[in-house]
Amino acid sequence: MSCVEVSQLRVELSGVRADIVDDVSFEIEHGEIVALVGESGSGKSTIGNALLGFARRGARIASGRVEIDGLSVLELGPPALRRARGRTVAYIPQDPSAALNPALRIGRQLEEGLERHNPQLSGAQRGEAIAAGLSEVDLPNGREFLRRYPHQLSGGQQQRIAIAMAFLLRPSVIVLDEPTTGLDVTTQRRVIETVRQLCERHGTSALYVTHDLSVVANLADRILVAYAGRIVETGPIDAVFAEPAHPYTRRLLAALPDVGSRRGLEPIPGRAPAPRARPSGCAFRERCEFAIGACATAPPAPVELPGGRSVRCLRVHELPSSAGLSPAPARAIPAQDTILIVRDLIASYGQHRVLHDVRFALGSHECLALVGESGSGKTTLARSIVGLLSSWQGEIVYAGGPLAPQVRARSSLIRRELQYVFQNPYSSLNPRRTIGDALSLPIEHFFHLRGRARRERIAGALERVSLPAAYADRYPDQLSGGERQRAAIARALVCQPRVLICDEVTSALDVSVQAAIVKLLHELQLEQGLALLFVTHDLALVRSIAQRVIVMHAGRIVETGETDAVLTQPSHEYTHRLLADTPRLVPAPTEPGVPVS
Amino acid sequence: MSAGALTVPLRTRARRQPGPLRVAWRRPQTKTGALIALLTIALALLGPLLAPHSATQFVGPPFSPASAGAPLGTDYLGRDVLSVTLDGGRSLLWMAFAATTLGVGVGIALGMIAAYSRNLLDDLIMRLLDVLYAFPYIVLVLLFVSLLGSNQALIVLLVGVGWLPGVARTTRGITLEVITRDFVNAAAIIGIPRRTILVREVLPNLSTPLMVEYALRLTWSVGLISALSFLGFGVQPPASDWGLMINQNRDGLAANPWCVLAPIICIALFAIGTNLIADGISRSVAGIDREILP
Repeated sequence: MSCVEVSQLRVELSGVRADIVDDVSFEIEHGEIVALVGESGSGKSTIGNALLGFARRGARIASGRVEIDGLSVLELGPPALRRARGRTVAYIPQDPSAALNPALRIGRQLEEGLERHNPQLSGAQRGEAIAAGLSEVDLPNGREFLRRYPHQLSGGQQQRIAIAMAFLLRPSVIVLDEPTTGLDVTTQRRVIETVRQLCERHGTSALYVTHDLSVVANLADRILVAYAGRIVETGPIDAVFAEPAHPYTRRLLAALPDVGSRRGLEPIPGRAPAPRARPSGCAFRERCEFAIGACATAPPAPVELPGGRSVRCLRVHELPSSAGLSPAPARAIPAQDTILIVRDLIASYGQHRVLHDVRFALGSHECLALVGESGSGKTTLARSIVGLLSSWQGEIVYAGGPLAPQVRARSSLIRRELQYVFQNPYSSLNPRRTIGDALSLPIEHFFHLRGRARRERIAGALERVSLPAAYADRYPDQLSGGERQRAAIARALVCQPRVLICDEVTSALDVSVQAAIVKLLHELQLEQGLALLFVTHDLALVRSIAQRVIVMHAGRIVETGETDAVLTQPSHEYTHRLLADTPRLVPAPTEPGVPVS
Repeated sequence: MSAGALTVPLRTRARRQPGPLRVAWRRPQTKTGALIALLTIALALLGPLLAPHSATQFVGPPFSPASAGAPLGTDYLGRDVLSVTLDGGRSLLWMAFAATTLGVGVGIALGMIAAYSRNLLDDLIMRLLDVLYAFPYIVLVLLFVSLLGSNQALIVLLVGVGWLPGVARTTRGITLEVITRDFVNAAAIIGIPRRTILVREVLPNLSTPLMVEYALRLTWSVGLISALSFLGFGVQPPASDWGLMINQNRDGLAANPWCVLAPIICIALFAIGTNLIADGISRSVAGIDREILP
């Protein structure tokens, strides 16, 4: 018998009877790690929560069965459910800094679960169990460590505390909800490694909920692909990656950057439908290149394929075999001048120096990626260049002249030509002003245009980023995340910039949306001759967009070079480590001569 | 493919998230509050037109109980309580609205400037307001009124200034959060003047919490001004005023309770109404009753 059996699960928005997820059935064998992959709004977290018999406020588990070790979770009353949670099914949240109680010491928080679920244990036995649990996740287990508060630990340590806490009670199955989102690749790899080891050691099953296909590529045994509240494809992970069957899975993989090879990223047109706006029949048909009339009649039933795979697509047997992962041709860097030079840049926050003698040059038509983990100083560098931070020393030369640190001391021309796109489109657009207002601000400021001329300029900029001109009258909350980021890019474009600094512009977006933004930026670079400084933590993304790359570590530039050269033949030890930790879609070929870090 | 990217978003109807005001309006308590507050304001404004007698006309012996000619009896001078009450709201409400608008308006400006400058000016503004905060305010008002003599404009000014420290502090707190958001940085890096950023980008994001502030201060203004009138420092006789009425008629409470109860009920209704509105808005700003959509 399987460890987890979910059948015909349906979760609704309370009141309106619209489904968040429907007709979800799957099984998890003992000791198996299953990945549940989907983009935002796909209902993946809702499915994960349902395993614990939980639906967040505004949602209701309407029907279906969830059996864990023969225990029917959805039929339990509150006391029985409390006993099952933690003991039978445990949960590891996305953000441990929010999930751990900031006012309680680590030791106390670890003890709570044991006290409730194993009251027969003595204090000494609990202490032993906690010490053993902490050493399993490679954390120190001395008294000093247990007396710390969550804020005294790093993000990775906090997440390993959450993992230790979940495994302490030896549950049958663990639900992990995006446990590595927001962590650096190095930390992410260690967390994933720990989860895999613990599941093996204790025979624990796991449901790993994530939006990031590359994270689970080397972790999970099987994969469930969620789209618009349905599981559209299931199968062994290697088979699904090698030959995705459902049109959505195909497009999702085509949108995914890979550090192992340069890929042209193909975005998925349209956007994922919200629970109340899902089309009849197959929910993906409006975005599907293979859709036919029959797709609209009813949601397709699962079609079994050999090899334990199952796909919800009417035309699965008629579709051409998927092309797999195709590399894109290398792009030549056009001949160019240097437009931006940074020399010996030093920046500090108080006594803490975050940039040490940084120097590099940006060509006038190139895309230069600036890569580093959080705390490497990459955002400080980008903000210093644009003038948001003015307490730096050194020299930044733009188009032949030195840049003043204060943005207000710079000429209007420089402020116009040097544009910045922020990481989070949810905070870079004013929620109380329309997209048109947002674009009007720079147009009025730099070009003094009003009335019709201004409207035309706005419409032109929106069109350039593939948004309808009617979006000028919309407010940011009427746009999806990807559309907001397009609008933010349009706001930079109306200034007619020569240099565009992009600070982690895709890190808040889904992969299919990320692909569209990357494609847009690449087109802008080619067609408008823009120079791009692309700040990111994602080496895989660098491979797909940048001609040259700068690797930063602890406030210093450790390596510079052409992207393909740096990513295949890194010369610095840190770049090696970063590359080794970055998850790959296809296992990296073992190269001779690469030193093991 | 790009055609697909253009057509699909057009077909899916984008609905705006309801704003905090609309969410607040959905609560029946907010509607009740608005109804009560509007009724009281209407009573105060239109009252003199409906009054059976003039507010200065004597209709019977002092403190006589309710009769056909005086439905709520007479006051300490023998005037009709109903007529005086209907006439006595205008001065109070006028002064309360003026004082609140003054205090909240200037307080918002000071708070925003303090938050956005975050330098010596910030310290200067906030410490000066702290000094003001430190005085027992009613004593300060009484001091000025007894020094300068009582007139309505002075009371409006004093009550308004009294709200400055609190309003400025609240505004500064919210502004500090708003100005860290990237849309403010986005305006700053293209060199938009600070004043334009504050007015065009920051202020619209403060409006909802500051409406709560306004409604609360309005209630408190009504309370403070009627207290001043009660103490004899506000509106002077023979003008009619709810606060003054309570003071003048309290000796006759046993003989004709209506002459004190009528103005008290009016003040209480207005306070309850504005408080219900403020409560509804602050609940929706804090997200207490928010529906969670996936």
